[in-house]
Amino acid sequence: MSEENIKKNTIEDKLTTIKYNCDSESHLVLNKELCKNCESRCCTYICPAKVYTYDEDNNIINVDYENCLECGACRIACPLDAIDWQYPRAGCGVIYKQS
Amino acid sequence: MEDNQAQKFDVIVVGAGPAGVAAAVTAARGGARVLLVERSEIAGTKNMIGGAVFLSALKQIFPDSWEQAPIERYINKHTWSLLTDNSSVDISCDFPQNPKSASIFRSKFDSWLVECAKEEGVYFAPSTLVKKLIKKNGFFCGIETELERIEASVIILADGVNSLLARQYGLRYDYETKDTVLSIKETIKLSKELIEERFNIDKGSKNGAARNFLGGLKLENAPFALGFLYTYTDSISLGLGVNLEDLNRYKLNPSDLLEKLKEHPVVKPLIQDGEMLEYSAHLIPEGGYKKLPKLCENGVMLVGDAAGFVNAIHFEGTNFAFMSGKMAGETALLSLKIKDYSKKTLKIYEKKLKQSFILKDLKSYQNVMENLYSRTDSLMSYYPKKAAEFFEIFSGANCVPKRDEFRKLMVNFVKDRSIRELLKDIWAFVSSVFGVLK
Repeated sequence: MSEENIKKNTIEDKLTTIKYNCDSESHLVLNKELCKNCESRCCTYICPAKVYTYDEDNNIINVDYENCLECGACRIACPLDAIDWQYPRAGCGVIYKQS
Repeated sequence: MEDNQAQKFDVIVVGAGPAGVAAAVTAARGGARVLLVERSEIAGTKNMIGGAVFLSALKQIFPDSWEQAPIERYINKHTWSLLTDNSSVDISCDFPQNPKSASIFRSKFDSWLVECAKEEGVYFAPSTLVKKLIKKNGFFCGIETELERIEASVIILADGVNSLLARQYGLRYDYETKDTVLSIKETIKLSKELIEERFNIDKGSKNGAARNFLGGLKLENAPFALGFLYTYTDSISLGLGVNLEDLNRYKLNPSDLLEKLKEHPVVKPLIQDGEMLEYSAHLIPEGGYKKLPKLCENGVMLVGDAAGFVNAIHFEGTNFAFMSGKMAGETALLSLKIKDYSKKTLKIYEKKLKQSFILKDLKSYQNVMENLYSRTDSLMSYYPKKAAEFFEIFSGANCVPKRDEFRKLMVNFVKDRSIRELLKDIWAFVSSVFGVLK
């Protein structure tokens, strides 16, 4: 991200405006074997909440499911169909108030 | 739900958005025992809308009480802007006495819808996540939540764009990225006075404005994207809908794109000194007619976003949701009356859709989005640039003979790219218009 962007609102900043009721377990489960061989890793840039980050050293994708906005973009975009995408348990997850 | 052992309902509606509530109240008004289930604790808190609901549909579902709906502002003024990196050419319309839509917050609006439904006898179960449907002898006849099984004669799926249930039971294929738009937005706090001033709204009135922005994202390869802005009472929304395939293709992050729009010299003054209240994201199903799911099966019907009822060109979705919900509710009543919940009877729902604006519009618009998408560069970059060049001459008083300027503009219009591109634009335009009118 360029210097110019640092002054702007980052996704991390934006996520602080949202209320969540965090589930204790992830509603997003990756098929790690498939992810290892993924070339595009589009989940890492397509997600509006940057839920997915690539850990280069271990060649794995980390999932910060707590930040998920439950939009479903990653599920549709994943070229390998490697995301088991469920809704968080009832009452859990994002709670929009002014959207 | 009391302690009724059988736990059997006439109709179960999954999802308490506009489509689900419309289906539930319609069935309840006809005397059916209806259960409306919703995965969130408070209806609407999982939902996001660019800004406004259409009033004509709302009035049809709630003819007596629609004025009590928690609306923020009546949207009477619409402005479409073609943006280049540093300019804007706008077209605008204003109907101050006859607004067609109203800006809302989903958490308040959907909750109000649910309250109305409850008053009309609908049983409401919040914090209820449906994991499976019950299917017996080829008929869908109930739901399985995290806690219990509940049976019903008819199931109406109003569980939104992701409709996991519809996919789970083969009622719908998954959307492709090219048919899906990711919409993100920020709700930004601004004083009433600033909103009235910036959007030319009558002081103290409940009127409001909507703006749309095409282009202006300062990118070599611009994605197919449309910016939007709606005024609320004392805040505004600024957002962007971007085609998922393009995000993928150009490796773009949606939030970064929205930041570019926020920095645009024409947009920036509109949001200046605002404080971000909430960031949100949602998908829009834009596959339209060609990607319609199975609208009904034995014991089940699909409504609203779950069925992909969106006309992206006109930002129509909530009206489709309300009206498809109503039609499904009516069909459920009919099937209850004759005690036949088979696909054959539920096909009446499909027939109603076909006779209404919903499937008529989806059909006549079936090629429009594809046509526009195939001309992304023209829309996002070439024409905004040319429109800006025209008005730079027209309103520029550049002390250069107008003839020279206009001639140069016309020559460049043809020379700046191959004539084939122009022909393709014309073809896309003509075929879109012809498709709608034929």
